[in-house]
Amino acid sequence: MAAPTGAAARAASGQPLVQLKDVNKHFGALHVLRNINLEVTKGEVVVVIGPSGSGKSTLCRAINRLETIDDGDILIDGNMLPSEGKALARLRADVGMVFQSFNLFAHKSILENVTLGPIKVKGMKPAAAKELAMGLLKRVGVDNQAHKLPAQLSGGQQQRVAIARALAMKPKVMLFDEPTSALDPEMINEVLDTMVQLAKEGMTMIVVTHEMGFARKAADRVIFMADGQIVEQATPEEFFTNPKSPRAKDFLGKILNH
Amino acid sequence: MDSLSEYFQSYLTALETYDVVAALWVNIQLTFWAGLGSLVLGTVLALMRISPVPSFRWAGAAYVNIFRNTPLTIIMVFCILVAVFQLQLNLSSDFDFNFFLWAIIGLSVYHAAFVCEAIRSGVNTVPLGQAEAARAIGLSFLPAARLIVLPQAFRGAIAPLGNTLIALTKNTTVATVASVAEAAGLMKTMIEFRPDVIMAIFATFALGFVVIVIPIGLLTTWLSKKLAVAR
Ligand SMILES: Nc1ncnc2c1ncn2[C@@H]1O[C@H](COP(=O)(O)OP(=O)(O)OP(=O)(O)O)[C@@H](O)[C@H]1O
Ligand SMILES: [Mg+2]
Repeated sequence: MAAPTGAAARAASGQPLVQLKDVNKHFGALHVLRNINLEVTKGEVVVVIGPSGSGKSTLCRAINRLETIDDGDILIDGNMLPSEGKALARLRADVGMVFQSFNLFAHKSILENVTLGPIKVKGMKPAAAKELAMGLLKRVGVDNQAHKLPAQLSGGQQQRVAIARALAMKPKVMLFDEPTSALDPEMINEVLDTMVQLAKEGMTMIVVTHEMGFARKAADRVIFMADGQIVEQATPEEFFTNPKSPRAKDFLGKILNH
Repeated sequence: MDSLSEYFQSYLTALETYDVVAALWVNIQLTFWAGLGSLVLGTVLALMRISPVPSFRWAGAAYVNIFRNTPLTIIMVFCILVAVFQLQLNLSSDFDFNFFLWAIIGLSVYHAAFVCEAIRSGVNTVPLGQAEAARAIGLSFLPAARLIVLPQAFRGAIAPLGNTLIALTKNTTVATVASVAEAAGLMKTMIEFRPDVIMAIFATFALGFVVIVIPIGLLTTWLSKKLAVAR
């Protein structure tokens, strides 16, 4: 688990873990993803940033095919994303997803939320799944809440459980779509700390977030999106201090003066 | 005072001649089996209506629109005249039991349309994110529906399902057209032969159904509160 940080890992392996080639997506007449080309290597942490409606969520959702694409290819670890059925379900398990609104299974206990995937998708024995789940819950610091229902936990705790639930599938890459923007301010850091920890352990991550602290601390690369296009990519330091495109300058000006 | 006790006496003789409780018991049995049948069929229909396959969705919607909008009496008459007499589709060699089974089928196919819509209203109480999270951990449609969406949908659908069950209970009286010896048929006979106590006969059957239906209402209200999903 204690792999080297992103940049070193990137140098080590040749093939990208996530690869998008000329991806296009429309919602009716609206062109939400325009010719997206993106490669994320193993162990890399990519932060996606951009104004509302620029297609960040759609990009995340396309990568694990919660949203279909019109044309282009999406490959996970060299495998083309299947379009339907069991093969898709299996490949989806390789891509962990953490949602803005947590989406913990409301009628299941915290522990069951984490064990469900390993038992039902991977066919793991309940006892082994429980052990795995308790380990993960401990790692995100909510093991003492294992038998409660999601609604009994704070937002920050729920989001950490959601991270544990995704990790339980042993994903190759984790997608985070604004994981802290539904949280009260005092809970944001506990979730970000968990994510920073995950990044340090070598997890490949694509994170939609406006938390610049996280980007500076954990990201190898920042991708700036606007109007469905990748407008600019750079290291966090470079992007935040010296953005190149007028769109990025304008956007950063807005969030910094906020 | 005298005439009142006389009236009561003749009412008692009517009750001795005709077994009201046995007739109502038939309605309870019809309710139970048709309730089960329509729940199973209605769940399958609801799954079809929320499935990712367009032709399933279409077929589910077509079923609901046809059966919800056809009078139950016509469905029941169809079962008897067409299925039993024309096509000779006998489910049992016992004449009465055959009609009883066909009455259950007629009640089930009709109420399944309402059960389907009740479950669908329950599905609407489940946030979309629940199904997305299920898909994101690698569950395909059926396991996601079975493990995540339907358990929550049923809890949200208990009240409308209870209403459907209450309607079903009362609608079992239509089984009389399938010549099943149930309460409405007995009431008709009793009124014909004992018009002297007609008011008391009406009251008896009305009360009988009230006694059957009220616990259903109480139970479903209690259950829907107890099982509500906390969000
Ligand atoms: N299911 C949908 N149907 C139609 N249009 C949609 C749908 N989902 C998103 N859109 C539109 O697509 C565009 C991109 O949406 P997306 O959610 O990807 O943006 P975003 O960058 O994540 O924005 P935000 O920062 O507000 O989350 C928006 O204009 C949005 O209104
Ligand atoms: Mg978004």
